[in-house]
Amino acid sequence: MRKAIIPLLGPFFAAVAALATPFSASAENKVLTVYTYESFTSEWGPGAKVAEAFEKTCGCKMSYVSVADGVELLTRLKLEGASSKADIVLGLDTNLVSEAKATGFFAPHGVDTSAVKVPGGFTDDTFVPYDYGHFAVIYDTQVMKEPPKSLKELVEGDPNQKIVIEDPRTSTPGLGLLLWVKSVYGDDAPAAWAKLKDRVLTVTPGWSEAYGLFTKGEAPMVLSYTTSPAYHMVAENTDRYRAASFSEGHYIQIEVAGMTKAAKDPALAKDFLSFVTGPEFQSIIPTTNWMMPVAATKEPLPEAFSKLVTPEKTFLMSSDEVAASRKAWIDEWLAAMSKN
Amino acid sequence: MGIMINRIERRLTLTAGAFCLGGIVLFVCLAAAALLAFDEPGSANGGVVFDAYVWRVARFTLLQASLSTVLSIAFAIPVARALARQAVFPGRVWIIRLMALPLGLPALVAALGLIGVWGRQGVLNTALVVVGVDQPVSIYGLSGILIAHVFFNMPLAARLMLGGLERIPGEYWLVGANLGMRPVSIFRFIEWPAIRGLLPGIAGLIFMLCATSFTLVLTLGGGPAASTIEVAIYQALRFDFDPPRAIALALLQISVTAALLIAIRLLTPAADDGHGGGRKVRRFDGRNGSGRVGDGLVIVLAVLFLVLPLGSVVSSGLRADLVRLASDPMVQRALLTSVVIALASGLLCVLAAALMIRARQAALSSRRPTAAGRGLAAGIAASASLVLLVPPVVLGAGWFLLLRPLGDVARFAPLLVILINMLMALPFVYRVLEPAMATHTARTAKLAVSLGLGGWYRWRLIDWPGLRRPLLMALSFACALSLGDLGAVALFGSQDMVTLPWLLYSRMAGYRSTDAAGLALFLGLVCLVLTIAGTPQAAADDARSKDVTA
Amino acid sequence: MSPPETDIAVRLSGVRVQFGQTQLHFDCAIGKGQIVAVTGASGSGKSTLLNVIAGFETPDAGTVEILGDDVAGRDPAERPVSVIFQEHNLFAHLDVATNIGLGIDPALKLGVKEKAKIASALLRTGLEGFGKRLPPTLSGGERQRVALARALVRRKPILLLDEPFAALDPGLRAGMSSLILDLHQQEGNTILIITHHPDDVRVLADSVLFLDKGRILLHEPAAQFLEHTDLPAVARFLGR
Repeated sequence: MRKAIIPLLGPFFAAVAALATPFSASAENKVLTVYTYESFTSEWGPGAKVAEAFEKTCGCKMSYVSVADGVELLTRLKLEGASSKADIVLGLDTNLVSEAKATGFFAPHGVDTSAVKVPGGFTDDTFVPYDYGHFAVIYDTQVMKEPPKSLKELVEGDPNQKIVIEDPRTSTPGLGLLLWVKSVYGDDAPAAWAKLKDRVLTVTPGWSEAYGLFTKGEAPMVLSYTTSPAYHMVAENTDRYRAASFSEGHYIQIEVAGMTKAAKDPALAKDFLSFVTGPEFQSIIPTTNWMMPVAATKEPLPEAFSKLVTPEKTFLMSSDEVAASRKAWIDEWLAAMSKN
Repeated sequence: MGIMINRIERRLTLTAGAFCLGGIVLFVCLAAAALLAFDEPGSANGGVVFDAYVWRVARFTLLQASLSTVLSIAFAIPVARALARQAVFPGRVWIIRLMALPLGLPALVAALGLIGVWGRQGVLNTALVVVGVDQPVSIYGLSGILIAHVFFNMPLAARLMLGGLERIPGEYWLVGANLGMRPVSIFRFIEWPAIRGLLPGIAGLIFMLCATSFTLVLTLGGGPAASTIEVAIYQALRFDFDPPRAIALALLQISVTAALLIAIRLLTPAADDGHGGGRKVRRFDGRNGSGRVGDGLVIVLAVLFLVLPLGSVVSSGLRADLVRLASDPMVQRALLTSVVIALASGLLCVLAAALMIRARQAALSSRRPTAAGRGLAAGIAASASLVLLVPPVVLGAGWFLLLRPLGDVARFAPLLVILINMLMALPFVYRVLEPAMATHTARTAKLAVSLGLGGWYRWRLIDWPGLRRPLLMALSFACALSLGDLGAVALFGSQDMVTLPWLLYSRMAGYRSTDAAGLALFLGLVCLVLTIAGTPQAAADDARSKDVTA
Repeated sequence: MSPPETDIAVRLSGVRVQFGQTQLHFDCAIGKGQIVAVTGASGSGKSTLLNVIAGFETPDAGTVEILGDDVAGRDPAERPVSVIFQEHNLFAHLDVATNIGLGIDPALKLGVKEKAKIASALLRTGLEGFGKRLPPTLSGGERQRVALARALVRRKPILLLDEPFAALDPGLRAGMSSLILDLHQQEGNTILIITHHPDDVRVLADSVLFLDKGRILLHEPAAQFLEHTDLPAVARFLGR
């Protein structure tokens, strides 16, 4: 789950100095430094369990440095440049892969990823996928009896039934929706946005604001993930909030990890990348990161996950295409959404 | 007036002021320079900076900030006036304390609180439904932005104006009563001149706060047509990683606003501050029935406008498991960190502001100030306002680059967060302290200097008793500001330095919105404690004791 | 009016002060132990004259000598001068005794001897028992007497009074005048007093400095000044 956590004016380096500083480690005490995003290492996130499990087998210490979210992660790496202490970077998404590779900081992983199954079939020689989620419109069943069944129905539906979306200029889900609409509508995307605009209650800077407005009852729909209802079912025991299944298909967000060229112990980094796709790690992810596993887990997923929407079709644009056209598409979006 | 402090002290004062000013300028410029010089793989570069998009955003920034400023001030004037006229009524001190509270709330918390009142499911629309209106009133759009900005800034303006009204010498009221002035004349001849002198400062401050508003504008604005330059700066640094563009946009933001601030200043002549005789100030207006009712109505409306959204924050907070939250060591640590950071940056800020204001007074005190003196004075005045326009994201990124060679940047995080918070609070503190210190100096300096009172003794005997109220108020403002600030902390926030707003956002991002609401309540309570410290009961009751000479 | 050089308390030679477009010129010598009334229309430069002597204002040209020393560059507190203003002579939050004590030691390190001095100053100004009172609880006349008491304990040879009676009613004026005269006779100090009242000149002054449009127009014995009929400005002042 990788939303723009802190989409305020400042979030830049939610740096974590460190649970243990790599410098203090002695030679035989190997340390693996993993850069990730904040919700991965938060109290309820997968971080601690992952570290515990990996440390059992690697004979090393894991050390996290966490920043606000995936976009920050890349920015942080760019700012640190060659002096970065990162061995592993975990938490970029597929949209950022091309930009991340362009920095030249990453090394090919050489891990066998044949066991990895991601809808849409993503493979890459530098980045290993570790979880995924589909973007989805979450609706409040107490207010909305007939949710839209397709993106088209969302676009053309009753403008009095509002949706809160995120801004593609400042947040990952916002960019996800932009790419989703582009995938479905192609060149007609601006017209679709112009129509959807009337249903949009407001465009928030990040996921937290949007979801906050939604749970406060301001709008019956919000752009989030297919996995969001799982949290409400597992942690709050309610199925009030559900994801709407869209017949055209859903855009996917795949989260990936990679090792840096500067990794102090490349073999150890490589071990970690294969660990990430293994059952141990994959079993931790669903109920801590609230995302779908990319490979087999030790036990079946909790029942709540079986109730989630499983998209029949998955959209995913290549990260090269996103990198090349993102600016133009955002401008297009701005123009369509700013018209009166 | 001549030299108001002795030679050695004058030199020390000027040096200290110049040192603070230089430090601020250096802190900002070094960060910008580091970012501009950054040329490593991964930085997007070039492209047209000032395209149609930027101009559109700049236009909207000016529009919403101007409207927000005008409305905040227009509503603040009757509120300040009513509070000044009704100097004694139960709960008055609490209303004044309440006015510093919105400052300490993170934008997201305030936005959710406002929506609890003005939103589609809010108190207002629920009431309208009861009355029989079924089409909800939507605040999303410019109106939402304006409501939010007035919520934050009207109380601030009213408090600053109230300070100005309370500095009006008691003789004026005697004269007004003696001449049988009606409320309109009293406003025109006594109150308005006192407020007018403060307006450029207050308007400038509010304008800057609204121009750099980010979360509120996007969340309540209804769509990307409502974006500020700050959004473009954030986008440039965060999504595009294009430092030159970010800096160019920041410069645009600063120059546009600076031009506007200069215009405001030129259009409103500075009023001279009256010197009271030090007697107890007694007002004779607003005693009759209609005056009381009118003032009461204004005060009640203002309080409702303030309290309802805060109440919405409180009622959401009460739904959280507060006991569990309060006993959570993570929360306790975050609370402690927040308070320490807030106090440190608040104290530093008040110290720097006081030194700079004194230096400015010293530089301008001779009949014909030297060019250097005038330069220093202008520099201090300018930096004390414009520093608010420097995006913390630029400072953070710049200093990250500068400190990178020294090893682990996270080690410097607390210091940098304190410094950035201090800078962002400086304009507030300056507005609170400057008029108070000017009056204080005018009343005491000549006497003190003729008695040879200087340095520590003057501070202890004369300045502290005379300036205690404004100093405490400035300190509480500065602390509240940095307490509710996420921006600076988020730059370097780490597991070693988790603040309350950071934790709040983090819980919110992890679906734990009830926890987040509980944390918002804690944050509000800490702010309340701060504002109580900033407006002590005794001082509030004896609002007239500020006159130090008789 | 040129007393012997050694008997001069204050001498201003070629003093020039520029205020925007207006220029003030002061040239005068004031003998020791005199009471000099400084008079003239509003804006004629009376307060500036006192400010220059006290050190609140730095002249653009010329020299100021006090008791034979050039005091250029000396801070107000370093000059042998006490000043009493029209108002704001006391710190309102400090009691009367503390306000007077500040005249002895700005650090307020007051021993038994100093406290006795304060008590005696209070006695001499008719303020016995007022030591613990706060200035806002005093009348205007009492506040000015506290200021005078502080000037007493400071024991500076020169006392500058800037319209000290302006805020007082006629009865109090007379009382203050005689108090100042008494103290002057006991202390033998030199007093410059700005006043708008011919009565003050008559009762107090040995000589008069009459200012007009930023210049010292006359400097002559009080008796002579009071008889002036030839100068319109003086005639106006005297109410003729």
